[in-house]
Amino acid sequence: MATQAFDRLPQAPGETPDNKVYFDACREGKLLLGKCNDTGKLFHYPRHVSPFTLSNNVEFVEAKGTGVIYSYSVARGKEPFCVAYVTLDEGPVMLSNIIECDLDSIKIGQKVKLKFKDSDGGAPVPMFVLA
Amino acid sequence: MKNPAYIVGAFEHPTRKAEDKSTAQLHAECAYGALQDAGLSASDIDGYFCAGDAPGMGGLSMLDYMGLTKIRHYDTTESGGSSYIIHVGHAVEAIISGKCNVALITLAGRPRAEGMQTGTAVRSSGVGVPDEPFELPYARTIATMHANVAMRHMYEFGTTSEQLAWVKVAASTHAQYNPHAMLPKVVTVEDVVNSPMVADPLHRLDCCVISDGGGALIIARPEIAATLKRPKVGVKGWGEAYKHQNAGGIDLTYSAAAMSGPMAFGKAGVKPSDIRYASIYDSFTISVIVQLEDLGFCEKGKAGLFVQDGGLISGIGKLPFNTDGGGLCNNHPANRGGMTKVIEAVRQSRGEAHPKVQVPNHDLVLANGKGGSLGTRHGCGTVILERE
Repeated sequence: MATQAFDRLPQAPGETPDNKVYFDACREGKLLLGKCNDTGKLFHYPRHVSPFTLSNNVEFVEAKGTGVIYSYSVARGKEPFCVAYVTLDEGPVMLSNIIECDLDSIKIGQKVKLKFKDSDGGAPVPMFVLA
Repeated sequence: MKNPAYIVGAFEHPTRKAEDKSTAQLHAECAYGALQDAGLSASDIDGYFCAGDAPGMGGLSMLDYMGLTKIRHYDTTESGGSSYIIHVGHAVEAIISGKCNVALITLAGRPRAEGMQTGTAVRSSGVGVPDEPFELPYARTIATMHANVAMRHMYEFGTTSEQLAWVKVAASTHAQYNPHAMLPKVVTVEDVVNSPMVADPLHRLDCCVISDGGGALIIARPEIAATLKRPKVGVKGWGEAYKHQNAGGIDLTYSAAAMSGPMAFGKAGVKPSDIRYASIYDSFTISVIVQLEDLGFCEKGKAGLFVQDGGLISGIGKLPFNTDGGGLCNNHPANRGGMTKVIEAVRQSRGEAHPKVQVPNHDLVLANGKGGSLGTRHGCGTVILERE
């Protein structure tokens, strides 16, 4: 059995003063992580406060854009697509879609790589294809 | 009277589709039903608890609508479907600290009449929600996020679709005795795994119903409970906990019940093996699996084995659960199942569940709920009730 992922047009992400740096980077084809300089720990989703210490001693660092599927589900229906948590090679896990693949071939632990997808009138959003 | 407070009134609205009633009206009908059950009147209520389903700012509009004028303690803790279980604990604490004597908790809603696609529509929870720009573009739904939990559970522990199906089989076996249940037909494991796939690995019959309705509870201090005629159901233990994406340190194998459960057991001074009946929030079959483990009814990863072959069926299994049919078969008013979890636990504690599903020894029962999404952010509440 094979089920090709539907080429879905993502809803535009709602941009705020807090997340603008992330979505501006998306426009340049870069995926950012937050880095807490108090602890040295990385985090996703990026924000201007550290989710480890609550201080604003944070910066944004570029992720390589590679990772493995932590878990996933295929939303069935006329336009099937995959919603997955991806463990980035840097450590944090992020929600995304696995696109441009046979949905029936997806497995936990599979390697994936970053691919940006245009959204409906907003910044491109980071998604993943099978590596 | 050895417990700090008692559930003296409980009422579940019989409607499952309320096209002819407003949400405020349903709240009020539930409140009246619980007062009638308790043998109290509206003028006795001095504490009010509600959550996000109550129309208006917090509970202000509902106090106005219901004409409650003696409220001196008010709590609108919102954690989705678990709110009402958490409210029970808060009401007990308010009574202990002298803030109120008689607390009313209400829930009501009409998502079915409004045609809501609860689990399969991409829904926003408001304006300026910081996580949503990182989720809505991916069209995540309640169903796909619970399915992510199920997929990981299967990967880590070998849980199977057939084992998940046993949760639904147990709920449907109980629902056949509930004249109000939306889905009273007994189903088989095959029925569940052959039902259409909604979100891999969850089938349609792994998902709860969408229903209208509501419920209410009355909690009172011991001196008042002692004067009432209903069986004495003491709140012996309670706990609440919250879990989220943890800055990307995501672990889908457990719920906040892993924290709220031990709190409740600790307060009650009892252990999971002492519990004779459990109401467990069943938004999806996987929700029950994860909570059973987190509450300590079995080891982490072993709930599939625990539930299979009727482990949750009254009269057969080790731990009878959701003897009203639960959210999977009976109802899920306002998309929030915590209230009905407490109500069925109260029925069991009183010995007033349907005779076909009533557990013979009901000295200690438990209700656990989670609200929000198991795959993203949620809160869990646990209560342990003692029959005196």
